[in-house]
Amino acid sequence: MSAELWTILLVALSFLLYLYIGWRSRVKDSSGFYVAGQGVPQIANGAATAADWMSAASFISMAGLISTLGYDGSIYLMGWTGGYVLLALLLAPYLRKFGKYTVPDFVGDRYYSNAARLVAVVAALFVSLTYVAGQMRGVGIVFSRFLQVDISTGVIIGMVVVAFFSVLGGMKGITWTQVAQYGVLIVAYLIPAAAIAYILTGNPVPQLAFTFSDIVGKLNQIQLDLGFKEYSQPFANRSMLDVLFTTLALMVGTAGLPHVIVRFYTVPNVRAARYSAGWALLFIALLYTSAPALATFARYNLISTLHNQPITEVRQLDWANKWEKTKLLTFDDKNNDGRIELTPDKNTSEITIDPDIIVLSTPEVARLAPWVIGLVAAGGLAAALSTASGLLLVISSSVAHDIYYRIINPNASETQRVFVGRIMVGLAVVLAGYFGINPPGFVAQVVAFAFGLAAASFFPAIVLGIFDKRTNREGAIAGIIIGLLFTLFYIVGVKFYGMQPWLFGISPEGIGTVGMVINFIVTLVVSRLTPPPPIAVQEMVEDLRSPAGAELPTEAVH
Amino acid sequence: MDRDRQEAYWRANTALIRNLLIVWGLVSLVFSILLAQPLNAIRLGSVPLGFWMAQQGSILTFVVLIFVYAFQMDKLDRKYGMRK
Repeated sequence: MSAELWTILLVALSFLLYLYIGWRSRVKDSSGFYVAGQGVPQIANGAATAADWMSAASFISMAGLISTLGYDGSIYLMGWTGGYVLLALLLAPYLRKFGKYTVPDFVGDRYYSNAARLVAVVAALFVSLTYVAGQMRGVGIVFSRFLQVDISTGVIIGMVVVAFFSVLGGMKGITWTQVAQYGVLIVAYLIPAAAIAYILTGNPVPQLAFTFSDIVGKLNQIQLDLGFKEYSQPFANRSMLDVLFTTLALMVGTAGLPHVIVRFYTVPNVRAARYSAGWALLFIALLYTSAPALATFARYNLISTLHNQPITEVRQLDWANKWEKTKLLTFDDKNNDGRIELTPDKNTSEITIDPDIIVLSTPEVARLAPWVIGLVAAGGLAAALSTASGLLLVISSSVAHDIYYRIINPNASETQRVFVGRIMVGLAVVLAGYFGINPPGFVAQVVAFAFGLAAASFFPAIVLGIFDKRTNREGAIAGIIIGLLFTLFYIVGVKFYGMQPWLFGISPEGIGTVGMVINFIVTLVVSRLTPPPPIAVQEMVEDLRSPAGAELPTEAVH
Repeated sequence: MDRDRQEAYWRANTALIRNLLIVWGLVSLVFSILLAQPLNAIRLGSVPLGFWMAQQGSILTFVVLIFVYAFQMDKLDRKYGMRK
């Protein structure tokens, strides 16, 4: 059977599985729709969080980026995992105790203000919309690479599948499909990683092969010979300060992303929230510790197979030929000596390698069976769809719950609330699909900044809301607005208006850290200059700090 | 009385959080970034240590930190009677 048939078969099977789970998990009440009835076991929530978190970018592009950046790629590895420690220690247990449905719920109640609620809604919508557009685009790209359908068709197929289980099942349907999607994506990632590790080192465990074989040493030597810096040499692309700030911004941003935070509302109690953060990171770490190993092996393998080889021989390699057609890998014998050479200078280098090819081409480079190629396609789709569905729920609940129910119509019945929720998910899917088919030019650039904006807005407001009773409405709103505006100003200025990165050369990716610090300072100072929060709010904070009483009444569980 | 117990529980919790976050910062920000260059002179297996910390060690430490927190909080919950 050909790789293409296997791809169609495995993608179709995985989609049927998601549809089946969505049908089985359909819900009628608002608690089921927004927080899966708070009945998700901790390990299942860990797997769902991991799938929710790991997007098309983590699955397809991250290993390739690291492969290109070497040590400096660590900003993504540490940045996108370290935030879970902040989440587990500072946010998740208390938000679970709070027990309401969304992040703006917490901000609005803790800061006793619908203005604060609205600011949080706008920030959540902005962050989630930019992020979801990238996911739907990812779905289209996977379809077009593996099945040669055009991107729009791919996006529409993805929209139909996501719409089915999220409209019917809300958070419950999303949760259980995410658990299945985690299974698909991790198997699809680990098989090629283990295979290439085994081929190069004789050890099939990528992490062990990376640590104990001599591949990193060999790659360092090759890089030096070709005129690159050593692969493991820090700060080849970014200054130390910028690496520090960018890593922190990604960490704090991760902890502040609404679609990740809401996953911790769905577990039965505070204790489960703590453990499920651990499970989530363990499941994420399986992929995130394999990725740098894969990045190293694939780079070593690509350079040693291609560099200084006669161009006629290279073109006889099946995979080289195939990927050259997609233009992700290009050869150009510029000096006409019949051989192709890789050099650090773009103008003389005769090989260009698109980062995305590292994950996508590994099964072929490692000569794996054709079904593995199909599995990688299914895995990439699982990664994109699971993240998209989590984001769609945040978008829907921001409008249906935070604006419609909490502000416009607090007397809405259960049926009305779930109905509006379903409509909003449906609309959000259409909107996301539209952006997936017609990506606004700025999306790709903006997605990375969702983190900076989340770091500069939500994180300080939530942490201080729990750990500092004196923080009040005035302080929180001032902090969020000033933190957000500063970060936005710097990012937009540097990215779109050619402003110099005047603040110690910190890149726009890292500026969220500064925005966060500004937010913290403004919030603390303004809070001390204005009246303390009402007694009832102070008691609410006191209550958040005690884990007891978050459990559902027993009859609701059964 | 109940108030005192609640406050003692919260102090123990924040102390635990502080200690774990110090480890978090040391491992990721200090060892993996600020000291990455000098640590690269040391090898772990055949891999420079600073590089290994940034791409493997820090992530593994993060996982352990969260489980240590959950486990220690179980103990605190029992000690202060926060759960049945």
